[in-house]
Amino acid sequence: MLPATLPLLGMPLSGAGAGVADGAAGESVLPPAGLALLRWQWHEVEAPYLVAVWILVASLAKIVFHLSRKVTSVVPESCLLILLGLVLGGIVLAVAKKAEYQLEPGTFFLFLLPPIVLDSGYFMPSRLFFDNLGAILTYAVVGTLWNSFTTGAALWGIQQAGLMAPTVRAGLLDFLLFGSLISAVDPVAVLAVFEEVHVNETLFIIVFGESLLNDAVTVVLYKVYNSFVEMGSVNVQAIDYVKGVASLFVVSLGGAAVGLVFAFLLALTTRFTKRVRIIEPLLVFLLAYAAYLTAEMASLSAILAVTMCGVGCKKYVEANISHKSRTAVKYTMKTLASCAETVIFMLLGISAVDSSKWAWDTGLVLGTLFFILLFRALGVVLQTWVLNQFRLVPLDKIDQVVMSYGGLRGAVAFALVILLDKTKVPAKDYFVATTIVVVFFTVIVQGLTIKPLVKWLKVKRSDHHKPTLNQELHEHTFDHILAAVEDVVGHHGYHYWRDRWEQFDKKYLSQLLMRRSAYRIRDQIWDVYYKLNIRDAISFVDQGGHVLSSSGLTLPSMPSRNSAAETSVTNLLRESGSGACLDLQVIDTVRSGKDREDAIMHHLLSGGLYKPRRRGAWRCAQAHASFPLHQPVLRRSCPGRAGRGTWQCTCHQRPPRLCLWTCRRVGTKASHPWRAWRLPPAPRLP
Amino acid sequence: MGSSQSTSEEVRELVGKTGFSSDQIEQLHRRFKQLSGNQLTIRKENFNNIPDLELNPIRSKIIRAFFDNRNLRKAPTGLADEINFEDFLTIMSYFRPIETNMDEEQLEHCRKEKLRFLFHMYDSDSDGRITLEEYRNVVEELLSGNPHIEKESARSIADGAMMEAASVCVGQMHPEWSGEVFQLRKAYVCVF
Repeated sequence: MLPATLPLLGMPLSGAGAGVADGAAGESVLPPAGLALLRWQWHEVEAPYLVAVWILVASLAKIVFHLSRKVTSVVPESCLLILLGLVLGGIVLAVAKKAEYQLEPGTFFLFLLPPIVLDSGYFMPSRLFFDNLGAILTYAVVGTLWNSFTTGAALWGIQQAGLMAPTVRAGLLDFLLFGSLISAVDPVAVLAVFEEVHVNETLFIIVFGESLLNDAVTVVLYKVYNSFVEMGSVNVQAIDYVKGVASLFVVSLGGAAVGLVFAFLLALTTRFTKRVRIIEPLLVFLLAYAAYLTAEMASLSAILAVTMCGVGCKKYVEANISHKSRTAVKYTMKTLASCAETVIFMLLGISAVDSSKWAWDTGLVLGTLFFILLFRALGVVLQTWVLNQFRLVPLDKIDQVVMSYGGLRGAVAFALVILLDKTKVPAKDYFVATTIVVVFFTVIVQGLTIKPLVKWLKVKRSDHHKPTLNQELHEHTFDHILAAVEDVVGHHGYHYWRDRWEQFDKKYLSQLLMRRSAYRIRDQIWDVYYKLNIRDAISFVDQGGHVLSSSGLTLPSMPSRNSAAETSVTNLLRESGSGACLDLQVIDTVRSGKDREDAIMHHLLSGGLYKPRRRGAWRCAQAHASFPLHQPVLRRSCPGRAGRGTWQCTCHQRPPRLCLWTCRRVGTKASHPWRAWRLPPAPRLP
Repeated sequence: MGSSQSTSEEVRELVGKTGFSSDQIEQLHRRFKQLSGNQLTIRKENFNNIPDLELNPIRSKIIRAFFDNRNLRKAPTGLADEINFEDFLTIMSYFRPIETNMDEEQLEHCRKEKLRFLFHMYDSDSDGRITLEEYRNVVEELLSGNPHIEKESARSIADGAMMEAASVCVGQMHPEWSGEVFQLRKAYVCVF
């Protein structure tokens, strides 16, 4: 089994252990002399060991890079990794006299690309994505088609004009094939570079969305041209062109459909995992990966499948799985994606060293570089002009510059060019060399210069603001107003359909896919409120808040119909009216099957909560002046009764944990010594 | 209504006043006639004929906005009983997209008008301030679609939001807002 996996992992059968293999063969002739204390079993662990070592080297390199802040602020990580790959490839070449490792298309498409796409699909801001879907689709489909045709045709043109060496034996179809694989914007490269640049979200989502959605177009064009080349250009009939166009729809819509089916399955299964929490992250990864593989098997667009899976399932899965699983999923995805990206760039560098695989032709290389830049810019300008007629917020010139400059090519193009069949495409080596140069140029040169360019052009940067309640509320209000106005006017526009979708989702989908308890209060406004409360409480506790670990309290955060007044923290702390500090109410008094981690969090919260003192008028200014900054919990609500000070029960007579309960229960509030909070006075709130 | 000449004159007048194109005005006029049942004015009851509006949680506020004298620029307070086509167009003009050929001053004016429309929606007693009670009302309506979130939760959310806004504007923390403090331009521009 091991020897079979080695080619898959891109490592030659006789790898670094060449010498040992001979030794092993030699040993088997003679019987062993005696009992060996230690035996060198390299060939048994070779494959996984090498994989682990490569990943380790890449990670160590990342650590080394980030030791120097100056370097990393100027040079994007991807450049450094490629350069490292070049260096390592050179070393291996010098030592072993032949190129050992490279980026194998099989490994790339099956193992390295899925984590990155899954990560980006799952964490895609779906609202922004669907708001800009028109622009994204235009650039992805029309833009890629335009790029590939014009680049291929232009390259063929310069070959006819004699600017290319005659050894490049390629016809129009070959050039069109090459054009199709070189013209696709690459998601890995875009992510790697744009992540460090922080342009505003609209720009980012358009470029990134384009890089994801153009996969369908690239796959179709590549397959169509490949089969045309195989059939020979004379055998191509008109019906084949029609089939080509039809296959575009089949590939893209089919891929999206596969993704949505798996998203549905994933959401449905997570609904029932209440008692088997531990497998939740596993389910997420497995089903998403299965979506990828299924689409790949049916030769549909696998990237589209995974993207749609992530986008579609996120809302339901996040509602269904536990808090810990959510964290586990998030960090595992990010780790895998980062690791895969690192390995990809490093292998790109290493693969470039193997000169037996490529052949240089100046005309082809320079022509390609020039044409991809030119046609991308031209395409972006034309499409933006058309799109601005329909968009509410037009894309201005600066956005267009960033978009055309940000059209990076990456590892996908390289993997596709390696996959070409040398017998059918005789000019493959020239294409490989050109692709390597193009990828290096875009990642290194464009990656290095995009940051200064963005700064120089004063592109609107993304403002990383934390989610605020007001924003959420107003967003919802706007949505409703616009939907209403569309209803009044009788126009079925974007907001109308969004509204219809929300209604449908609320009525049918959420009921089916979400766990009962999650379904009952799923509401974005409530989610933001809850998250902000939790965050404030955690930060408060982190800053050394005196915590009463009241394990007697069982307080999941979801409100319920039958909130027993006695066990509700809110009621405990509230005097009357709306002096609520945190509106956490008990869901039911049955403790079985409760999330322990949620319970613990609420113990902390309840322990650190304050009882606002009754005051006549609302003197919030003064109140905040005397509150230490460590009480953000109070800030969240408490409009009316917040008094001059807040008090916490630190009764020394009884164990603190019972204090909150017994004080109230016995009703001897007055009899109980309440002591003022003793944190140092904090600065005035901004 | 009489001869076609006076109609086109009226249309031109409306184009000048509200900024819509004559095609848009024709289309809106047709819709107006549909809503009003071929009458000259629309009343609140006519909005009940729009089935999709029933599902909207803040429909009462939106319908009210159509009849608000401040939006119609007729009076500082109060509600009109009925609106004619010109008033209808005035309300609709708040939702026009921002033209690319506007200068800075016009842009500011446009944005302020849109903000003011929204402010009037929140400020139901027309006193120029959004009090906590009014904000609570809005949040309750927004969350009214979800039967499982109780009124108290809605109230705490509104309180929290008010505190947040209060903490954003320096120094002053009042239980009320005045229009200038209501600073959420970015979201508005993108939406409108």
